[in-house]
Parts: sequence; structure tokens; C-alpha cells
Amino acid sequence: MKLTGAQALIKSLEMESVEVMFGLPGGAILPVYDPIIDSSIRHILVRHEQGAGHMAEGYAHVTGRPGVAMVTSGPAATNIVTPLCDAYMDSIPMVVVTGQVAYSSIGSDAFQECDTTGITMSVTKHNWLVTNAQEIPQVVKEAFHIASSGRPGPVLIDVPKDVSNQMMDWYWPDTLDLPGYRPAGRGDPEMIRAAARALLDAHRPVIYAGGGILKARAADALRELAELTGIHVVTTLMARGAFPDDHPLCLGMPGMHGNYTAVTSMQQADLLVALGSRFDDRVTGKVDGFAPGAKIVHVDVDPAELGKVRRPDVPIVGDCRLVIEELVGAVRDLLAGGSEAPDRSAWNATIDGWRQKYPLAYEPQAEGDALKPQMVLEHLRDSTPDDTIVVSGVGQHQMWASQYWRFNHPYTWVNSGGLGTMGFAVPAAIGAKVGRPDKVVWAVDGDGCFQMTAQELVTASAERIPVKVAILNNAYLGMVRQWQEMFYDERYSEVYLSPDLPDYVKWAEAMGCIGLRAETPEDVQPVIDKANEIDDRPVVIDFRTDSREKVYPMVPAGQANDAIVVPPFQEGRHGEGGH
Amino acid sequence: MAVPVKHHILSVLVENKAGVLARVASLFARRGFNIFSLAVAPTDDERFSRLTIVVDVEATSIEQITRQLDKLINVLQISELDPADSVERELLLATVRAAPADRGQVIELVQIFEGRILAVGHDVLTVSLEGAPAKVDDFEELLRTYGIVELQRTGRVALPKLVRRPQPRAVRAS
Repeated sequence: MKLTGAQALIKSLEMESVEVMFGLPGGAILPVYDPIIDSSIRHILVRHEQGAGHMAEGYAHVTGRPGVAMVTSGPAATNIVTPLCDAYMDSIPMVVVTGQVAYSSIGSDAFQECDTTGITMSVTKHNWLVTNAQEIPQVVKEAFHIASSGRPGPVLIDVPKDVSNQMMDWYWPDTLDLPGYRPAGRGDPEMIRAAARALLDAHRPVIYAGGGILKARAADALRELAELTGIHVVTTLMARGAFPDDHPLCLGMPGMHGNYTAVTSMQQADLLVALGSRFDDRVTGKVDGFAPGAKIVHVDVDPAELGKVRRPDVPIVGDCRLVIEELVGAVRDLLAGGSEAPDRSAWNATIDGWRQKYPLAYEPQAEGDALKPQMVLEHLRDSTPDDTIVVSGVGQHQMWASQYWRFNHPYTWVNSGGLGTMGFAVPAAIGAKVGRPDKVVWAVDGDGCFQMTAQELVTASAERIPVKVAILNNAYLGMVRQWQEMFYDERYSEVYLSPDLPDYVKWAEAMGCIGLRAETPEDVQPVIDKANEIDDRPVVIDFRTDSREKVYPMVPAGQANDAIVVPPFQEGRHGEGGH
Repeated sequence: MAVPVKHHILSVLVENKAGVLARVASLFARRGFNIFSLAVAPTDDERFSRLTIVVDVEATSIEQITRQLDKLINVLQISELDPADSVERELLLATVRAAPADRGQVIELVQIFEGRILAVGHDVLTVSLEGAPAKVDDFEELLRTYGIVELQRTGRVALPKLVRRPQPRAVRAS
């Protein structure tokens, strides 16, 4: 069968079971947009290419399948660099197809030409410049395999316009030609036995669960391991939902804005079991002062993570789910052989003491004050189904959402962790809703973030994708304001945005959404209820929140986690509770 | 061009595809690793090329460099060559001042080092020397006495020594 390169590309995507892609056409990708008309694949037309990339990420976050985005050359390709970098940092499987000027014109500074593969080399797991239409099925098959296996990540396929128009003989490859790519699978049995021994010997163990748990579909295995050993679990920002917040062994989020118990239990642990986590600087604080007395078991599918930041005592390269299952087996073997864990009741009591003395807390809403953002989130949380998908941007609202939501299911928390991409929430929520139309999707956004990518709500309205957006509108770039208040002598430099410029309600309505506003505590529940009733179009709520509110606890940048700062009204309690 | 004390030689087998060298260079730049010298050429099998990379590991562990390199899809195999267990060679080309009064001494120096004279000008000579990097260093230093007009070294290439010992330590992580 003779096909054009463009037809072969779309057919190859169909062969990879792609159901939906996010994109925006233009000159160099025109040939590929023609066969889309006849394809089973749903195409969602975005308003900016960055939106296409974040939608593909949101889709991938909640489905586990690679998100697909397609854009043209030049400025379109550069506009999707941010989502590629975001997906690279957070190990999100994504396949991006870009148009390119004709191969015969490459290097001539042709209209809308840029060196897309060169620019994206360091933010993709791999990329290809296709030079012959005959290669297309092979490249697409390899692209999906690389994006979704091992440590997942984004890949990019750059297709010159003349290659799209070239005729090829259709085939679908049944083998991959990737001699240099062998993702890890099972762990080393000897290391797994050593890890099991360490788990049973530890007096103050903590499981440090990272985003790798979710990538490896290992949430059930993690729960089995925690319950079998009785070891508490912290869930990093990328792992919220990987272990249920309602579980008695769950300590919640560690790190710079983690809760006191999660941070301090890691600091005082004698064993950290790092599962699919990467000792990110936002978790460790000053590395030299991080968990100084802890032995480290580190499991990761990416060998380069072992020893990158902290040298593990027991390194295990492997797929998190397979390794945890093997670890469960090894612990059971030890228990059957008569081994038992030491008495950890004192440690468990210490943890419970911290939990009681330093719960996440904020000063209650005072009469006449602007809304407390934490209070808004608690109302939202309590008014939505348990398996609601929450998507956030980056900043204070992100930290409060992670802190105050109760994540009891995997794949219900979508955010930009590693790159910290403002503007992530709106498009990622749209992608998440496309991937899981059966679930309620709430974006929790800041006013600064919302202004970066809000135009994608036009996409959502046009495509009837009923996402809900809660803007915690404090009229500031809030996290920057917090740092300027705490570390720059309250000298506020270029952080004020205004609460009503733009008018978020009118803006939402102009984009085909329902726009709502809450200014007083009495408004909060009714607008949430109203938003929850709307199911046929996007809804945006403008919550006017208190700009003075800061995210606590906080470990100041560059300091060891022992320097954790609790909210002022909890300060007198520091040093108690077995600390 | 003295090699830093803390250097390692990596022999990296890669797929012979467009852009592979850019991927390796981009990785080094992105991760803040330092390349001291780099030589690339196809192997006997035209599907593959071999990179000989001398890396400066003052700041980064060789383990981290090799593990990151290994993640490149086009990288097939990485071997770390211990300088003590490998044969290293480098080629130097130099155009050196050789006024009639000095010319005899320069020719003698080239002969002592078993180098070659490639071209003769009125008051310059272009010479070449192939040898172990230390020998090439010595040669270069002695040539400087006469005045170097232009100089180009290839960077080293290396293979494991043929001794009846286990293979060079494979640093591939998997």
C-alpha cells in the first residue's frame, strides 16, 4: 500500500492506539493535518502550542498513556519547549510531533525554520529528525516505546514538509531497533535481600515514596509493603495519592513546605527507603544536613539517580513495582524464618506526638478579612468526590492544595513539580479531563498562573470539556511575595498584580465559561455548590484570598531541614513532642 | 597540554547516526561535566562509531558521567580505560620556526622523537609526531624553544592493553 509520509504518520499513531491529540496546525505540518480529517483520532485544537503540550501532560498524568501533541515548525516548536522540559523533569510520557521546513531547505534560515531537534535535545528522552518517509512507522513505534518504558519521558519527532509529502510503502514494524536502550526490570536479588534485612533491622524507618511509584503503577505494592512492615510513608509532591492520606501510616508531604512530622521523621530516621524518589533539593534542603543518621535503601529505574545526590547503602536498579513486590517477598521470607523487627513503639509514639503538636494549621478566618486560602481549599475538598482530580499551577496555591487536600487515590493529583511551570494548571486540567471524562476535575490555580495560560479555556468551551477552575486570587505573585516578606525585609519588588484587573468573572464569561466570585466566607460554599452543579461547560471561580497568608511550615532555602519554621502560633511548641 | 591529574578515559561505542556527537556534547554541557579531549571515528563496523573522551572529574564522579551517558539512546557501550591498562596514542601537527641557523637542530629533534617532516618552508617546517600522550607533550615543549607558528593535536585515542587479564572494567550501570 502506497501512502504519503503524512498518512503513514497518522496511521502509525492509530496503530499505537492514540485516541486523542492536542495541537495547532501551521505551514510545515499542513500535510499531516489533512489525513486527520479521516482519522479515528480526536484532535483538540488549542489556542497556544504551550497549551497543547501541557494538555498532553495532563492526559498522560491521569491515564499513564503517552500524551500526544502536534504543532508546526519554528515558533510552534519553541512554544512547546516548556512542556517538553516540564515533562522531562517530571518523567511524563509524551510524544510531540513537529513540522519542519522541507529537508532540502534545512539550514537555509527558511521561513519558520528552527533547529527543533537541537533545541529540544536536552529536554527530551530522545528525538528524531525524519529524513525519509519510509522511516516513519519505525520511528513512531520506537518513540512510543521510549516515551513509556523505563523512566518515562517526552520524545519529539520532527517531520520535514517534503518528507510528509513523500510516498512510502506502508508497513508496521514488529521489532524495535534500539540496541542502546534496555530499561531496567527486576532488581538484583542479593540487594533485595539486603534491603529486606535493613527494613526489619531499622528502629526508626521511613518510606520516602516518590513519583516513580505512580509511573510504575506500584501504589498497591507500596501499600502492601508499608502494611507488612508497619513503616510510615511520606509522599513527595510528585507522589501525592500514591499512598492514601487517610491511611494511619501516611505522614503526607515532606520537603520545603512539607508538614512538620514528615520532615522531622525523615531527619531523625535511621533508615530511609527511597522508592522512585530522587532526593530533590526541595525535599532534602541542605544535602549535608539531610537525614544525617539514616541508612539509605534507594530503588530507581534510572541508574543515574542512585548516588546522584546521596550515596545509597543499598542501591537497587529496577522497576519500582517489580522491586517492591520482590521486597515484600523477601521480607515475608525473613519473617517466616523467624526474624522480627525491633520494638518500634517509642518511635511510633514520637511520630504521633509530632502529629498532634504540629498539625497543618492556619489562623482561623477573622471577621472582615479576605478569604483564607486554606479554608477555601477545605471547603472545596469537602464538597467534591473522594476521587476528584486536582490540578495545580505553581506557587503558594500549589503547596496549599498539596497540603490541605486529602489524596486517597493514585493519579488524582497533577502538578508541575520539577520545573515549576506557572500556567500549568488550566491546560493540564483540560488534558486530564479529556483522559478521564468520568471524573470531576478541579484546577486550583493562582491569579498569576491563571493569566499565563487562561486562553485555553476557550479550547475547553469549544470542545465541551467541563473543567472547573478555582483561582486563589490574592492579587500577588504570592510565593515571591512570601520570600520578599521573609527574606528581603518586606521590600516588595514587582509582585503586585491587582485583584480585579483583569476581571476574572468577565474574562471567564468571554471565554464561554461560567464565571463566579466569592469575596466573603459566606460566599464560599454556595459558589462551590453552584460550580459543582454545572456539567456542560467550564466554570471559573474567583476567590478573593488574603495576600498576607504564607505557606507554613517552611524550611528556608539552603538550610538543613532541622531549621523548619512552623506557623507563628505554633512556635512555642517547638522542641517538645520527643524532639 | 598537560592532562589534569584527575582524568579518566572513556571509550564509548555509539550508533553511527546523525547528531550523536551533538547529543553527547549537549549532555556534557547540560550536566556541567568537562570534556578534556574528544576523538570520534567510525569503527570497523560502519553502523557504529567510537568516541574516546578524556574527562576531567574534579567536580563530578565518573560514575555519574557514565550513567548519564548510558541513558542516551544511541550509546551502546561505555568502558572506562585505566591509563595504566590501556594503549593511548595521539597525533601532533606543528609548524615551527626553523631559520637556517636553527634548522639542523629542529630536524635532529624530529629524528630523535621519530617524528616526520611534512613540509619545508624558507624559515619554517611542518612536522608531525604520533605517540603516547606524554611523549607528544615532551615533543611539544621542546618545539616551543624554537617558536611554534601553528599547532594542532588530535586528542587521544585509546584501546585496552592486550594482557591476559579480565576485560576493562565495564562501567555500564545495568
